[in-house]
Amino acid sequence: MYSQGLIGADSSTTESEEFLAAFQARIDREEKIEPNDPMPEGYRRTLVRQIGQHAHSEIVGMLPEGNWITRAPSLRRKIALLAKVQDEGGHGLYLYSAAETLGVSREQMTEELLSGKAKYSSIFNYPTPTWADIGAIGWLVDGAAIMNQIPLCRCSFGPYARAMIRVCKEESFHQRQGYEIMMTLARGSEEQKQMAQEALNRWWWPSLMMFGPSDTDSTNSDQSMKWKIKRFSNDELRQKFITATVPQAEYLGLTVPDPDLKWNEETKLYDHGEIDWSEFKAVVSGNGQMNRDRIRDRNQAWDDGAWVREAALANARKRADNQHIAREAAE
Amino acid sequence: MAAVETHVPAILEIADDCLILGHRLSEWCGHAPILEEEMALANMGLDLLGQARALYAHAGEIEDKGRTEDDLAFLRREREYRNCLLVERRNGDFAHTMLRQFYFAAFMQPFWRDVAAGSTDATLAGIAAKAEKEMAYHLRHSGEWVIRMGDGTEESARRMADAVIELHRYTGELFMASPARQQAIASGLLPDPESLRAEWDETIAAVFNEAKLEMPEIRVMQKGGRDGNHGEDMGHLLAELQFMQRAYPGQTW
Repeated sequence: MYSQGLIGADSSTTESEEFLAAFQARIDREEKIEPNDPMPEGYRRTLVRQIGQHAHSEIVGMLPEGNWITRAPSLRRKIALLAKVQDEGGHGLYLYSAAETLGVSREQMTEELLSGKAKYSSIFNYPTPTWADIGAIGWLVDGAAIMNQIPLCRCSFGPYARAMIRVCKEESFHQRQGYEIMMTLARGSEEQKQMAQEALNRWWWPSLMMFGPSDTDSTNSDQSMKWKIKRFSNDELRQKFITATVPQAEYLGLTVPDPDLKWNEETKLYDHGEIDWSEFKAVVSGNGQMNRDRIRDRNQAWDDGAWVREAALANARKRADNQHIAREAAE
Repeated sequence: MAAVETHVPAILEIADDCLILGHRLSEWCGHAPILEEEMALANMGLDLLGQARALYAHAGEIEDKGRTEDDLAFLRREREYRNCLLVERRNGDFAHTMLRQFYFAAFMQPFWRDVAAGSTDATLAGIAAKAEKEMAYHLRHSGEWVIRMGDGTEESARRMADAVIELHRYTGELFMASPARQQAIASGLLPDPESLRAEWDETIAAVFNEAKLEMPEIRVMQKGGRDGNHGEDMGHLLAELQFMQRAYPGQTW
């Protein structure tokens, strides 16, 4: 679904100044870095972490929306939601593949997710109690994801940038789908309008937190910007998102739950109220309402599937052996 | 002869099969054993839900009483759903899910092929032409998994054998023709399921042979779904499926 402002990467690196300068020169010429190119260890590590977190977010992100597939209110909605969640799985798949080009296996990354070592986006640690949450996630969460990911299409690392181009196309479709759900609710009964407003209240602030800590507190932004892994600061993207989204809320006749939200004629952007960073820190460190449930569900799927994966491997070995025997017999 | 109102119940039987099995597959979303299977299970679920949607819309049109696809899918009583028992069986483990899919697809792929080739209902033949391709994929995919699990590890072989014992008894209903179905067969709308039995037997036997699975001897086949006599899991499935439509009646989503 989307990458968050990167959580806790270590971009320290030990290469010679000459090597780093040559690498930086390539970056500055806007050349794409490909998997077999020489690259600083810190660059590789930062990307593995970022792409890994992004992939994990797609996979964990299937759960809150998956919560409504069996209860979707119409056949059309049911099919669209299942297809959307399937898209997220697909994003996970090619992001894991992009990370694998940097020498880390999907199994390793999965283990890190399941053990709680690897992070994923904080947004998926909130529950989806109503159908309107599905609309709000599409509209706001996928909307924020697009803001984050459009610049990633120009990321200096080739496989990541190319994966993002396809991901962004799909996310943009998801975002419109989510907004259309909200529109249907906003034009519906009083009960439906209220459901939509409550979902907006629930998802507004967590969506703003998706862009990561404020620039003054973001520890890994500078180096990532210099290496052109990211192109805009967390606060810049957050402002852009707010400015794009507030008129959409107005069009729906819904109220953004920020009394301090104010149009700034000078900057041509909305100024927003104080974000509760203590909530963000709590969720990132494992204390959101759904953190434990999400990891439990991922672990259960993985553990329940162990015998299936073993069976597939065992069967593949048997087939290979049989072919070998058949070939020897033929010779 | 084009489709007439008396054909509606026969079309709904098939639509219900697709809806209920599609719903069951969608329950896997986020919980599959590997990422590739997340994609595959969702794909198969989407195919079936798409088929259900086309069939409900078609039945609603023939019926001409203003019932929409959603009225038919979400707003009938349990007894009015006429899906076979096989498709409502709970997912169980991956062996149960894949075997259920295999049994169903082994029937539906040739079924749709014959509808596409010979139905007197042109709309139905059109739905069938697309559905046949989809079911051919389901058959290949589920058949490969039955083989992998049947001839995989000791544990997977045991689980596959358990699934066969559990589910084989629900396959008889695929070949039964309800009075509504018999009428549709007589007017050339649908093929006689009995005519597909030999081919189904062959498909199952070929895969079981490769999977090192034994064909069970089932003396009494279970039936009831086509008469609206469902198992206890069905009510729970419908409680979820119908939740929004029942909790907020008459609203647009």
